[in-house]
Amino acid sequence: MSSAAKRALVDPVVDNNPVTLHVLGICSALAVTTSLLPSLYMCLALTLVAALANAAVSMIRHVLPSSIRIIVQMTIIASLVIVVDESIQAFAFETSRELSVFVGLIITNCIVLGRTEGFASKNPVGLSFLDGVGNGLGYSVILILVASTRELLGAGTLLGYTILPNVADGGWYSPNGMMLLPPSAFFVIGLIIWGVRSWKPAQVENPEFHIHEVHRTDVM
Amino acid sequence: MSDPVKEPGPRTETVARTLLVAFLVSLLCSSLVASAAVLLKPRQVANALLDMRRNILDVAGLLQPESDVNELYEGIEPRVVDLATGAYVEDTDPESNPERALVYLVRRDGALSKIILPVSGYGLWSTLHGFLALQADGNTVADITFYAHGETPGLGDFISKPAWRELWRDKRLFDQSGNLKIEVVKGRVPAGDPLADYHVDGVSGATLTGNGVTKLLQHWLGEQGYGPYLRNLQRGDES
Repeated sequence: MSSAAKRALVDPVVDNNPVTLHVLGICSALAVTTSLLPSLYMCLALTLVAALANAAVSMIRHVLPSSIRIIVQMTIIASLVIVVDESIQAFAFETSRELSVFVGLIITNCIVLGRTEGFASKNPVGLSFLDGVGNGLGYSVILILVASTRELLGAGTLLGYTILPNVADGGWYSPNGMMLLPPSAFFVIGLIIWGVRSWKPAQVENPEFHIHEVHRTDVM
Repeated sequence: MSDPVKEPGPRTETVARTLLVAFLVSLLCSSLVASAAVLLKPRQVANALLDMRRNILDVAGLLQPESDVNELYEGIEPRVVDLATGAYVEDTDPESNPERALVYLVRRDGALSKIILPVSGYGLWSTLHGFLALQADGNTVADITFYAHGETPGLGDFISKPAWRELWRDKRLFDQSGNLKIEVVKGRVPAGDPLADYHVDGVSGATLTGNGVTKLLQHWLGEQGYGPYLRNLQRGDES
């Protein structure tokens, strides 16, 4: 694998992660992460859509008039999302219920359009495909981390298997109900971003404003 | 690794070219979407049917984990009822006729043991779809389930919680003189309520969802709904 291909695939997992660095795709990361199984389907769906949309956009990048490029990209993404959504309804009915509209909302997921416009429209097909897979993986890593934390602390289970026996079933763990509500996903993602940026200080953004010290004499 | 800065030549930017690309992309995408929808339809329909059967078995108290839903479902007898007279009729397509409705009968050793009525109606945000299971007397509630709704999570979604379903057991629909009395009350049913047999706890903060359940039951169990059919059952002429 060439170094460029490796970079396209591996970079978005930590160094250029779409969720923690670019802070994209947060809505779905909040919504579907109450338990692990729907999150896994969501990851799979987003990775598939990102990879295939990138490949398709890259394939037509030389013939695509720039005046309609965004709407063409949206059309391709929307079609792929519908196909994925229909497949999940056909092959994983129970999970499709829990995911409800969120697979459909991949259409508006900034990660996918961001990669087709930012990467696939300027790069060859193979590389674009890998970039889509890489960004899907980057999203998946965060989603799986958040979902595992929330399901474990919120219900004491992982993928439905009991890990921490609940008080209600005679165990010792008293589930933290807040973990099953959307705000907890904010906290968990925030903690992850904090952790990643402490580990890799290069990801810390420069402050947009500096707060100046104001002296009494300035005001007067 | 990116291409040298792409300078779209004048040829890609003409109106004709733009329209052509737009047309081809739309054609390709729509055929992709259409074929996925058509090819996957049978599986989705089968899933929906299986899910409905599972819900019917669940409300009938027959659902067992690890066993085949379709096999268990063979014990359920769907019948079509003419709502105005309450009599059974033969009808292959009751869904398209608002005068007719389905009921599901559960028999034990040949005798009728439970009747399952599909019910639906508006809650606060959404249409609630559910099943009401009655004992063979046509008056005692065995169970109720709402399998599809869009009520507020954490408030109105109490209607699909097992603890709330439990409250319905052995409630009565009609009083001695045949008046429909079943009701989801606001908050808890007070101790010593003379109508405790007909009143079910609601959830404060989700009163409108509870009212929705009351209204839909009043509709479906009243004269416009299964009322005549249930009277027939209570008189004991189950055919």
